[in-house]
Amino acid sequence: MNRLSWVFLVAGLLALPACVTINIYFPAAAAEKAADKIIDEVWQLKKEGEQPQVKESK
Amino acid sequence: MMKKLLIAFLMLPLLAIAAADLEINTPAISSLKSSMQARHAQLAGHYASGAVGLTRDGLVAVKDANAVPLKDRQAVNSLVAAENNDRNALYREIATANGHPEWESEVRGTFAQRWVQKAQSGWWYQDGSGWAKK
Repeated sequence: MNRLSWVFLVAGLLALPACVTINIYFPAAAAEKAADKIIDEVWQLKKEGEQPQVKESK
Repeated sequence: MMKKLLIAFLMLPLLAIAAADLEINTPAISSLKSSMQARHAQLAGHYASGAVGLTRDGLVAVKDANAVPLKDRQAVNSLVAAENNDRNALYREIATANGHPEWESEVRGTFAQRWVQKAQSGWWYQDGSGWAKK
């Protein structure tokens, strides 16, 4: 049992750098989510009109 | 003691998950968004006509100036330049708002893909080999 605890402790210590790594490497999934949110707002998707606003002809 | 340590280690990944969202609610990002949103009303028609397309580096470019009457071409160029200023600033702001200015090019790459993904059919975008119509 005590030995098992040590195994977990060592495994935890080895896993620790992974948590730091996550903040150093680019979070691709989070960035995609953020991009989608911004694009929906800028292009006004998911709002009343799904049609593009067509430029008036002069 | 050992058990507490063990539990603490097991909880660490949860912290990482909780921090997985990117910060995009800063005043600078909001103002860029509204500026781009207002400009989109003017740009949308040009995307549809093929005058302006989405580039692979997350910007926009004049693809076919002939799709625009001569008298309007200067206005389109200005629109494109202004849009690209905002887009560049947006990518930079997102990277710095999250404490990693070096992420700018990856943010840009992500946006480049998502703009195309969300573009309407008939709009033009750059793929690996050149302009393509969605």
